[in-house]
Amino acid sequence: MPDAGIQNFQRSFKHLPITRKRRSTFVSDISRVMSNTPELQSIASQVRRDIVRMVHGASSGHPGGSLGCTDFLVTLYFDTMNTKAPEFHMDGNGEDLFFLSNGHISPVWYSTLARKGFFPVAELATFRKIDTRLQGHPATEEGLPGIRVASGSLGQGLSVALGAAQTKKLNGDDSLVFTLHGDGELQEGQIWEAAMYAAHHKIDNIISTVDYNKQQIDGSTDEVMTLGDLRAKWEAFGWTVLEMDGHNIDAIKSTLAEAKGMTGQGKPIIILMTTDMGKGVDFMEGTHKWHGVAPNDEQLASALTQLEETLGDY
Amino acid sequence: MKEYPVLGKKDTRSGFGEGLLELGKSNPNVVALCADLTGSLKMNAFQDEFPDRFFQVGIAEANMMGLAAGMTIGGKIPFTGTFANFSTGRVYDQIRQSIAYSGKNVKICASHAGLTLGEDGATHQILEDVGMMKMLPHMTVINPCDFNQTKAATIAIADHEGPVYLRFGRPKVPIFIPEDQEFIIGKALMLNEGTDVTIIATGHLVWEALEAGKALAEKGISAEIINIHTIKPLDEDAIVRSAKKTGAVVVAEEHQVLGGLGGSVAQALSTHAPTPTEFVAVNDSFGESGTPAQLMEKYGLNAESIIAKAEKVISRKAIA
Ligand SMILES: Cc1ncc(C[n+]2csc(CCOP(=O)(O)OP(=O)(O)O)c2C)c(N)n1
Ligand SMILES: [Mg+2]
Repeated sequence: MPDAGIQNFQRSFKHLPITRKRRSTFVSDISRVMSNTPELQSIASQVRRDIVRMVHGASSGHPGGSLGCTDFLVTLYFDTMNTKAPEFHMDGNGEDLFFLSNGHISPVWYSTLARKGFFPVAELATFRKIDTRLQGHPATEEGLPGIRVASGSLGQGLSVALGAAQTKKLNGDDSLVFTLHGDGELQEGQIWEAAMYAAHHKIDNIISTVDYNKQQIDGSTDEVMTLGDLRAKWEAFGWTVLEMDGHNIDAIKSTLAEAKGMTGQGKPIIILMTTDMGKGVDFMEGTHKWHGVAPNDEQLASALTQLEETLGDY
Repeated sequence: MKEYPVLGKKDTRSGFGEGLLELGKSNPNVVALCADLTGSLKMNAFQDEFPDRFFQVGIAEANMMGLAAGMTIGGKIPFTGTFANFSTGRVYDQIRQSIAYSGKNVKICASHAGLTLGEDGATHQILEDVGMMKMLPHMTVINPCDFNQTKAATIAIADHEGPVYLRFGRPKVPIFIPEDQEFIIGKALMLNEGTDVTIIATGHLVWEALEAGKALAEKGISAEIINIHTIKPLDEDAIVRSAKKTGAVVVAEEHQVLGGLGGSVAQALSTHAPTPTEFVAVNDSFGESGTPAQLMEKYGLNAESIIAKAEKVISRKAIA
């Protein structure tokens, strides 16, 4: 396990009772004592390699959004969230939960889960292949550890996450619920039904994030369906809105810590995360063209020269 | 066995795209809407040629169905385009109330139906759409079998007054229906006359039925092969006539066995001519990731399955 240092570090904090009050101090303690950004960067580099290799191996899948959300998911799983990794419990009691609502970026999630130890990294090679647990879009049917609800049909994840957050409250469970959404996904009406519900019910144990890459399938979000002023929209729906650069791991860490510090105050929290689709592979960057296209052999080779192998390829 | 030379290989969604483009030229009332899947639905040509009659709605399928219903008021003929799952299950009540119950002239055009969508997996592979759509009063349900039939069906439904569900797919499959074959909504197509067993097939399974027919002929079994492209209204006369002749029926479709074409055929037969019937369909399960060919094999949706079911139903006939 190449990231043993991080795991040991996390383990050493495991015994601490985490209460709502204490969590914020706990987090800032971590960020003060922990300068693990280089480690997170090296994990992210490996995850990006995994993504392009998985999508190439399956000759299908979604590299663009996956590469754009790599720094976020790695930081979330290896720094921010308290999980029981490598153990997985569907009920998630006493641990933070994550819901990927934009299920098409399954490659980045699968790689992060595997690198975190939820299942063997070798299994990444089965992505999208017949009889795999690593379905094209995340699923519970095959029992892949780390996944609590299927996603892929866009717009549904926020509602599910809010339900889970309310169950945590009913259970007296202080841990948090995190979600990720595509920006194009915000065009679905159900997102705004959920947004209204969250504020009305003061669901303040949720931290959502939007992959604000300004791209979707048919083009830029501005060409397809203008999103307008997202900050103003979410604020009008009663959410606390933060912004961050999705490729600056220090910024991701500190914004997530800030968000954690704002939980328990009667308002749901959303982070508008600016990203570049395809980040890390020059010919995939900043375009919707690599939303759902697999690289060929040459393109894979070129991509891999740009991404350092840090933890060993699967 | 009648010969059906392969005229090429194309995806049925491209047949839809070409049909829509022709309609754009021939019928000024035809408008098109798409929910961020213009390329996948092959609607780009229409969009480029008729930008004023093309409406990008973003990832908002429920809104699209309502918009389409509204556009019929005043005489437009809207064709909506998205994947089959997002064309049906996602928006069932919008279709039910604003389109079907309200008798609106909307053409719901649904691509990537069934298992042959492949690697995207079960979230996208809807196998229940025909059931949902055929249950709606006023709805016509069409599942063409190749590029030429899909193109002809696309053009034909514009002249049909009332809501239509047009279902097609993603992979490239053999073209074997002649380009000039007339598409008559609600009329079964006799592909091969036979005496021992009737094979009724729709969509991608029609080609498999022809392959099965050839193999059965080599075994001395004469299969009557009927293409049902219009699942609703069902050509009951053609089905009953054939069942009475052969005394054994196999229904083949790329759909969940509950609620598909098979159920409609069984209902017609049990009412008018009870006949031993077997079903080639997905057996009450979701799909999964894999290549289209792997999935069709794993779930038993191919010529081999049709052959096995044909032999089985013929043996049942002997007992009965
Ligand atoms: C309900 C629904 N409609 C359509 C699709 C097809 N689809 C998959 S991803 C996508 C674009 C999503 O855009 P965005 O959320 O911005 O993700 P990105 O392309 O940036 O990764 C679409 C339309 C879907 N998966 N679900
Ligand atoms: Mg986007």
